Amino acid sequence: MTTVNHPYIPSTDSERAEMLRAIGVRAFADLIPDIPREKRFPKLDLPEAEPEPVVAAAMAAIARQNVTPGEYACFLGAGAYRHYISAVCKAIVSRGEFLTAYTPYQPEAAQGSLQVAFEFQTMWCLLSEMEVANAGMYDGPTAFAEAALMACRLTQRQTVAVLDTVDERFVEVIRSYSSHKGIKIKIVDSHNPALPADAAALMVQNPNVYGAIEDLAAHSKTAHAVGALAVAHVNPTSLGMFKTPGESDIDICTAEGQPLGVPVSYGGSYVGLFSCKQAHIRQMPGRIVGRTTDTKGRTGYVLTLQTREQHIRRERATSNICTSTQLIGLMVTAYMATMGKSGIRQVAELCYQKAHYAAVEIARLPGYSLPVKGVYFHEFVVKCPRPVAETNRELLKRGIIGGYDLTRRIPNGMLLCVTETNTRQEIDALIAALREIGGAR
Amino acid sequence: MTAQTTIAGALDRRLLMDRSVPGRVALTLPASDVPLQAAPSADLLRKGLDLPEISQLDMVRYFTNLSQLNFSIDTNFYPLGSCTMKYNPKINDEVASLPGFRDIHPNQPDEQVQGALRVMFELQHALGEITGLPGVSLAPLAGAQGEYAGLLIARAYHESRGDSARTVAIIPDSAHGTNPASAAMAGLEVVTVPSNAQGGVDVDALRKLADNRTAVFMLTLPSTLGLFEMNILEITKIIHDAGGLVYADGANLNALLGIVKIGELGFDICHSNLHKTFSTPHGGGGPGAGPVMVAARLAEFLPEPVVVREPAAAKSSLSATSHHGDAEPVEAHHGAKPYAFAYRLSRPPKSTGKISGFHGSFSILVRAYTYIRSMGRDGLRSAAENAIINANYIQAGLKDKYALAVDRYCMHETVLSAKRQHARGAAALDVAKRLLDYGIHAPTMYFPMIVEQALMVEPTESESKETLDNFIQVMRQIDDEIDRDPALLHDAPHDLPVSRMDEATAARKPYLRWQKSG
Repeated sequence: MTTVNHPYIPSTDSERAEMLRAIGVRAFADLIPDIPREKRFPKLDLPEAEPEPVVAAAMAAIARQNVTPGEYACFLGAGAYRHYISAVCKAIVSRGEFLTAYTPYQPEAAQGSLQVAFEFQTMWCLLSEMEVANAGMYDGPTAFAEAALMACRLTQRQTVAVLDTVDERFVEVIRSYSSHKGIKIKIVDSHNPALPADAAALMVQNPNVYGAIEDLAAHSKTAHAVGALAVAHVNPTSLGMFKTPGESDIDICTAEGQPLGVPVSYGGSYVGLFSCKQAHIRQMPGRIVGRTTDTKGRTGYVLTLQTREQHIRRERATSNICTSTQLIGLMVTAYMATMGKSGIRQVAELCYQKAHYAAVEIARLPGYSLPVKGVYFHEFVVKCPRPVAETNRELLKRGIIGGYDLTRRIPNGMLLCVTETNTRQEIDALIAALREIGGAR
Repeated sequence: MTAQTTIAGALDRRLLMDRSVPGRVALTLPASDVPLQAAPSADLLRKGLDLPEISQLDMVRYFTNLSQLNFSIDTNFYPLGSCTMKYNPKINDEVASLPGFRDIHPNQPDEQVQGALRVMFELQHALGEITGLPGVSLAPLAGAQGEYAGLLIARAYHESRGDSARTVAIIPDSAHGTNPASAAMAGLEVVTVPSNAQGGVDVDALRKLADNRTAVFMLTLPSTLGLFEMNILEITKIIHDAGGLVYADGANLNALLGIVKIGELGFDICHSNLHKTFSTPHGGGGPGAGPVMVAARLAEFLPEPVVVREPAAAKSSLSATSHHGDAEPVEAHHGAKPYAFAYRLSRPPKSTGKISGFHGSFSILVRAYTYIRSMGRDGLRSAAENAIINANYIQAGLKDKYALAVDRYCMHETVLSAKRQHARGAAALDVAKRLLDYGIHAPTMYFPMIVEQALMVEPTESESKETLDNFIQVMRQIDDEIDRDPALLHDAPHDLPVSRMDEATAARKPYLRWQKSG
């Protein structure tokens, strides 16, 4: 028996001794007779416990080893986006009653989490103009991959067509999710998408990997013409302005929830948003919350349609997922509610305005151009006169975190993202820095 | 409980859309500071947008009142078996919200995020050390995804050896539902092995099932019955002799910290739920994190990314052999000086690939790392020991009233059976719902499925003796109530915001979002 006293472990030595007596054993080791004796109590190459003040100081020091956006102007996007998050949202999310609850298996003791999830489903439906939504997935790319699997189940087909303007990182996640189910992935030309006759789905990203707006309605028609489902992965902020998946006859819509009030936090935790047409709900993966009444007729909420899920259906479940990433869903819910009808619109318009100002000015710089045609939202590709990695190193010296290196698709292509958090001053500094860097050889 | 009762009296459950008043806002944003740009053509734009319009106070009050309808670890004893509802230390949340962690972007180059990569590297080391499986990827976003990643590794390993006929996953009948669901996603055929009378794997049955089609045997350790597998070394040998791999579902790893290393028992792969064993908040149902750990020979198949350290770098602070605190200079990273390039993201040579958008549940990883530093090696072992003692103490205090699934010393959780209570007219469900009236969260019910009227109780090491004594007393009192006043159980809970819900109608007529009609 160790004698470590620790703030997270209340039992004292004498209490432990008393409990062991009550159990009827003399020592802790008597409780683990089945653990092979020679394997017990291995040495762990880990340090001694650190008191909270020491941990706090050490962690603050490690955090300072990072180059932190906010201290630096940041124009990185490509899947994660900086937006202003209200103190209201932070206060709501930090409440222990939300933070330290678990999956609402006991609805009587979890109406708070359940009603939040119902609000989440509601607001994601309203924003995407889709008919039904689940309570959340792990993140955007995994939601997109689950949508591909769902389309295969619904159509009983095994080929997924993916537009060539979808980020290859998403394609890789789809592959990881589908490869052992015998599902084939076919990349199709976005200008002339020729779908195989046995396609289960046409997978579209909007705005696409270049930041450009896709014609969702046209892609839906293409998919439906061969009996495939149209699956769109969208940036939710863009829906404050642009035509919705629902209006474009999309069958399954997914999104990365992060832009809606979730810190970028080095890529996680995020939440995947998932919505679809009503007709398809019984093949939808993930947790779903529904409204019902209690024995006294009072309105309340429960997890529902659980016969789709792993804890009931086991190997025949729609997915192995057993989380709704509820806490991040709460962040998204609080954000959509706090921004509200006018705020969501305003954020989208600010992003659009500032990104276009930046793009137009950068295109005027000697050596820089915008190689991708079409309408864009808050991200655009700039072809730089020097390699992107080199350009970014120069930008960092000037206090700027530059764009995402898209060289794999466009030589010297940099995907820049401008959101409402970027001030005119920051944008002008970026423009001036690019001018300077571009000229230098 | 009093707060919940008070609020329930005047509870306004209206949804935000029904509280919306045109013109109200909860937040304003600054106007655009750039010259007006040309708008896109109108046919590209959305028409209406329906979202709530609420004032800031009403927003705060709405969500705060909702939060008070929940049971949580911060407010209630929460002995939910297999979920390890231990205390979630506040310092972990504070650290995760430091700007240097919260605001860093996943697409920043490695040299800009050395602090983050160091945390990940040292967490990999710690998890490898605790499990005895040194190859670690932190990429999986939850336990089920960690399981899936582990099965992809098993498949890739067999295929790399030209052994592609191995397409069977053997899974005990006591397993959590994600095991067969993940196996099916990985294209494996699921074969179930029964349990023996002592709650362990039926070794003879396993020996008959293990053959040249066995890809992997998935075993939860301790089992979902809360028991350490008594024939563990024989079991791993049977599978290895048949050419298969052994996977440990690490959902119950809290019982093993510093007690035994999974890798030293012959397991090849395991995952760990950081939101269970490593104290990160459950968040009402996620986010979790489910890192996957493997034996050295399987490390080349890990999903990406894995963080590696260049040889020149300083010693890990999550190692007994280094000093505490931070030897590395931190100020060098401001002012955009060149960086000492030490840690980087890498893709293992035969990686099973990317399974999520970025690099894992980073905000959860930071919390787990903070926890491990706070606990230290002895604290982790103490956590496991106290968790085991607490569970056995509850078992000893209740076994005369409630039947045990298996009458042996348990590990971190005890599986009771309410079959005697059921015979007297109260099901496990009734006992569980009655507990809510006493301000105690229900145990996990009707799981594992092989136990009649199961109630799975996991107290964790966080709870004091007084809390455990109170739980024992309440459970005994509930047992008395069955004969005295059965309605107390059948109609429970009595004092919560809602009573039992009509789940059948919810499933038959799904009502899944706010509708304008109300």
